[in-house]
Amino acid sequence: MTARATLHTVRRLPRTLALRLGVPVVALVLWQLAARAHGSVFFPTPARIVEHGYHLWFSGPAGRAFLTDAAVRDLLPSLGRVLAGFALAAVLGIVLGLALGRSRTVYALCDPVLQFARAVPPPALVPVFVVVFDLGTPMQLASIVFGAIWPVLINTAEGVRGIDPLRLDVAATVRMRPVERIVLLYLPAALPRIFAGLRLSLSLSLILMVFSELLPGTADGIGFQLTDAQTRSDLLTVWAVMVLLGALGHLLNSVLLTVERMALGRHPAAHRS
Amino acid sequence: MSPATARRKRTGRARDALLGAVGVLVAFAVCEALSRSGMVRRAFLPPASEVLVRAVELGGDTAFLNGVAATLETWATGLALACALAIPLGLLLGSVPAAGQAARVLIEFLRPVPSVALIPLVSLLLGAGSETTIALVTYASIWPVLFNTVYGLGETDPLAKDTLRAFGFGRLAVLLRAGLPSAAPFIAAGVRIAAATALILAVASEILAGFGEGLGTFIAQAGMVTDGTRDVLAGVVWAGALGLVVNLALTAVERRLFPWAPEHRGSRI
Repeated sequence: MTARATLHTVRRLPRTLALRLGVPVVALVLWQLAARAHGSVFFPTPARIVEHGYHLWFSGPAGRAFLTDAAVRDLLPSLGRVLAGFALAAVLGIVLGLALGRSRTVYALCDPVLQFARAVPPPALVPVFVVVFDLGTPMQLASIVFGAIWPVLINTAEGVRGIDPLRLDVAATVRMRPVERIVLLYLPAALPRIFAGLRLSLSLSLILMVFSELLPGTADGIGFQLTDAQTRSDLLTVWAVMVLLGALGHLLNSVLLTVERMALGRHPAAHRS
Repeated sequence: MSPATARRKRTGRARDALLGAVGVLVAFAVCEALSRSGMVRRAFLPPASEVLVRAVELGGDTAFLNGVAATLETWATGLALACALAIPLGLLLGSVPAAGQAARVLIEFLRPVPSVALIPLVSLLLGAGSETTIALVTYASIWPVLFNTVYGLGETDPLAKDTLRAFGFGRLAVLLRAGLPSAAPFIAAGVRIAAATALILAVASEILAGFGEGLGTFIAQAGMVTDGTRDVLAGVVWAGALGLVVNLALTAVERRLFPWAPEHRGSRI
């Protein structure tokens, strides 16, 4: 950046900050005022939602990081499931994607099946997993993995396929071993695509985690708490869960973006999708 | 392209298509064998041929087809609403930097809320019915369209904008004559992504609602019956086929309208 451009950015900083921080504050205040003026049971004020969420989950003993019993019962299992499911989907997707993308023949063989598997809306398969695994964590994990694997798998395979043929020739000339090829050639070339796939998979994982917990018969988790609150028409809890899930999604996404920035050594291109 | 390369490309494509067909047959045979040999219990994975026969049978079932039509209607309405909201909003946010920056924080906090989690809230607000599903489908499909519109506007050639400005065109005219055409391929790609998300939401909320009519309802009800896996999987085949047809149709429209778009040079997500 030139000195002038830097100066320009610095001059604009207060304005940027005001916009970035001011707008949410204004929006919150407006929400608070509107909800209070309206006084509807369906739309509690944000202050009450946050207070309720705090009492519900984060007012526990200090020894347990202030988590309450409800938080230990509902938040931790959900968090574990979404992280485990996403991690499994990511690892399996990358490994299978590497295997598929390296050979044109294998890729052509699997392409139609993959396209079909990806076109199936993942929740449609959840009833099958309910039959196979019964209700519980294995069923939920299977749902998450099966729903979230496709974007990573297909993106990895396509990233590997898009590699510059010249580099493959060089690798052949210097007699690179397969493992070296994967680490030095295929993975770096496919990395931007892989991360694009991971971002999609992460939001799918969250959706499927909640979906599989919303099913009747679930015993714990954020989704269970949500249906439980719904049947009791406890709107405050429903809203609190929503805010919590938004924050969780935002947090997980930010972590992924930070990892991406470190791995790619540059600002990620567009956050499309 | 020389005739020789064109020919080689054609035979390559024919070979890929052939391999793809072989792949489908192999996958089919493996599922069939797993079930028939008893390695996987039949209640878990019925033979692929039975599932396929049942799926074809459903194609002649009026009640089932009505359900599929209901799902498609919800899906299309939600998607159309999302486009009607997201494209103008995206044009505004993408062309007025202050508005874009201001909205970004709000969007960053709204978007990660998993749309499925809204089902209980929206059902409490709107009751169980197609309005609920349409609202959820709309919410979920707004984001890809909105993001792609804003992003596409950012890719507008500055020279084109400057030229139009130099000729004395106003802000709106520049937006419509330079911004919109260059953003259009990105918007179309966003709509395609949104279409897949919308189908997920439509089916998911039908499954959770468990009554009314729709593809998801069919799947949910079949799942509750003992040995209903065959019907569930037949429903899944229909759902996958629908997703595939929608995606292929939208990709074909995109290719026809915007053959120059970078999206078609490889990427499919």
